[in-house]
Amino acid sequence: MWSFFHKLGSPPWMYRISGSILTWLLPLTLLMLVSGSIWGLLYAPADFRQGNSFRIIYFHVPASVVALAGYYVMASAGAVSLIWKMKMAEVAMKCCAPVGAAFTFLGLLSGAVWGKPTWGTWWVWDARITSMLILFFLYLGVIALYQAFENKTAAAKACAVLSLVGTVNIPIIYKSVDWWYSLHQPATIKFTEESTMDSAMLQPLLLMIVAFYCLFACSLLLNMRGELLRQGARTNWVRELVSGGKVEKSTRGEPDVL
Amino acid sequence: MYFDSVGAALAMDGHGVYVWFIVIVSWALIGSLLVLPILSGRRFLLQQQGLLRREQRAADTAAQREQSQQQQQQSGQEEGHAPGS
Repeated sequence: MWSFFHKLGSPPWMYRISGSILTWLLPLTLLMLVSGSIWGLLYAPADFRQGNSFRIIYFHVPASVVALAGYYVMASAGAVSLIWKMKMAEVAMKCCAPVGAAFTFLGLLSGAVWGKPTWGTWWVWDARITSMLILFFLYLGVIALYQAFENKTAAAKACAVLSLVGTVNIPIIYKSVDWWYSLHQPATIKFTEESTMDSAMLQPLLLMIVAFYCLFACSLLLNMRGELLRQGARTNWVRELVSGGKVEKSTRGEPDVL
Repeated sequence: MYFDSVGAALAMDGHGVYVWFIVIVSWALIGSLLVLPILSGRRFLLQQQGLLRREQRAADTAAQREQSQQQQQQSGQEEGHAPGS
């Protein structure tokens, strides 16, 4: 167990293991995304009240769910980097922010576009949407804060504190539709009760949620690999990688960057 | 398929504009989330490869210059010690 944590802190090991994970996770993710999209958009029945506009759910819910989970991943990495001063956790935290911001942006945009035919408006300042917007600004804040510091150790510390403080927002987002009156509908997928959605609509949605989790993992690992290379540019393992047979392939048009 | 024709799938009873716009944006975002880090990693590796090659070339040139200077010094010394000079 401890040896695994020690290995996890090693950039060359992380680079290698992430490469082997991505070789199967990336095609699997794309397969799930394509099949989930086709299933939800073309084969699921229309909603009796919202009609076909409900099909935005297949992108809106997975993006929003993963945006929230991604924030916990970023905050956990921040906590590890603060407590154990683990460099790999700093890298993970830094790479989580742009990925999480992209998912939050998609959640907000798809929500606004879905709102127009459903509520008759693109935007309302209700608790769910406003707290989601705050989440987007928190992600952007972490990105900006990291760029603002020249000393990257101090930057990582500041970002870790900001991401930990921001976790207060996550339960507020989850419970906002229950705590305050909102145009936004309550959660349709529940762990404790049976879902209010028909299984023909629910199954592609669950597939898309799993696919978006895998997409988050893929994007995070790809970003981390790039960051590990940049941070270790002058180290022996990157030089070996660059001068070794693997990278030589890149000159022949087959770069081994996965 | 739920829809009778491709036209009906595109129109989605008037909601097609909203749905397909989000589909396009989502897939553009998915593509950029996966492709951009791969491209940036590839660019970095190629840059480092070029840098390493330049460093290697500079080291080779310096070694050759040093070698030729040593040869010149040796030949100068041999000429200085040559009989009759």
